[in-house]
Amino acid sequence: MLDHAMIVALGASVILLLVVLEMVRRRRLKEEYSLLWLLTAVALIVLSLSRSLLVALADLLGIAYPPSALFVIFIGFLMLILLHFSTVLTRLSEQNKRLAQEIALLRWEVTRLKAADHGEGATGGGA
Amino acid sequence: MRNPPKTLVIIPALNEEASIEHVVELVREHVPWADIAVVNDGSTDHTGEIIDRLGVITLHMPFNVGIGAAMQTGFIYAARNGYEVAVQTDGDGQHDPAEIPGLIRALMEGDADLVIGSRYIEDRGYVTPRMRRLGISILAGVISCIVGQRVTDTTSGFRASNRRAITFCARLYPHDYPEPEAIVLFRRAGLKVREVPVTMNPRYGGRSSITPLKSAYYMAKVLLAIFVNLLRRRPGL
Repeated sequence: MLDHAMIVALGASVILLLVVLEMVRRRRLKEEYSLLWLLTAVALIVLSLSRSLLVALADLLGIAYPPSALFVIFIGFLMLILLHFSTVLTRLSEQNKRLAQEIALLRWEVTRLKAADHGEGATGGGA
Repeated sequence: MRNPPKTLVIIPALNEEASIEHVVELVREHVPWADIAVVNDGSTDHTGEIIDRLGVITLHMPFNVGIGAAMQTGFIYAARNGYEVAVQTDGDGQHDPAEIPGLIRALMEGDADLVIGSRYIEDRGYVTPRMRRLGISILAGVISCIVGQRVTDTTSGFRASNRRAITFCARLYPHDYPEPEAIVLFRRAGLKVREVPVTMNPRYGGRSSITPLKSAYYMAKVLLAIFVNLLRRRPGL
């Protein structure tokens, strides 16, 4: 029942799934950030295998050629992943800002304390 | 000034080696009771070395974080060290430190939490390029509408904040182009804003951070930020 496009889609999804799993295993990718990728791969595999599900979905979306529906679904998942990344980026840049501010404030404290220390030492030496 | 409040003058500086020393001297001369904190926002010229030998509080950002985050660092310092008043003045010499006592007086006598020095309340001969002027009046119109109060110089970075405003800014302060957004944020948090007329100088050195190319982006970003602000819950104090 599988046509050419579906076989390619199946192969690509399986490779995606394996690559993501391997990256998580090697701790190159955090579980938190792999979830959406795994979900994407699994959804694509299910849709590539089950022609009837894909046809039903294509009908629902008003798409004449069912394998095109695969791309639409795939793009939908990519959008989700990108949006997720954008929120992560926002959080990281906020944390980054706070760290930079604390570093600036601590650096001044160190400068001030060193100067105070130095000043006391010099006075002590002179007396 | 009699019984001056514990004051911190915060000077954000990005590549202001030509003017920063002069600005610090002027602040010392006109606001002798104040402590001065220069926030060096990742300057690539000699600004950092210059301020290190001026005997001021130096806040060196480890990299360029933008004026919003840089100013907030000053506010955090002011909040943690119990300052009653924080004055923001630019490191490029555009603002006249002789007017700082006036800002502080307006803050102390009125019921305002933030006093903004405005170029446009009185015509004091400050010449603004036409396109910039247009942008500034659009921004002023939109913001005046939102806060229900006439604000003329929304981008002015010549400001004095009281203790309430300092602690608020230490916690919550807008990012890239903070001045117009801060006005809206303040009003929504129930802080009072007041403008007083000031004269601004042409710059001593350096270049404005707002090039004509960036102006359109600036307008879009600020307006977006302001409207998104209105969709949020009111910030608490």
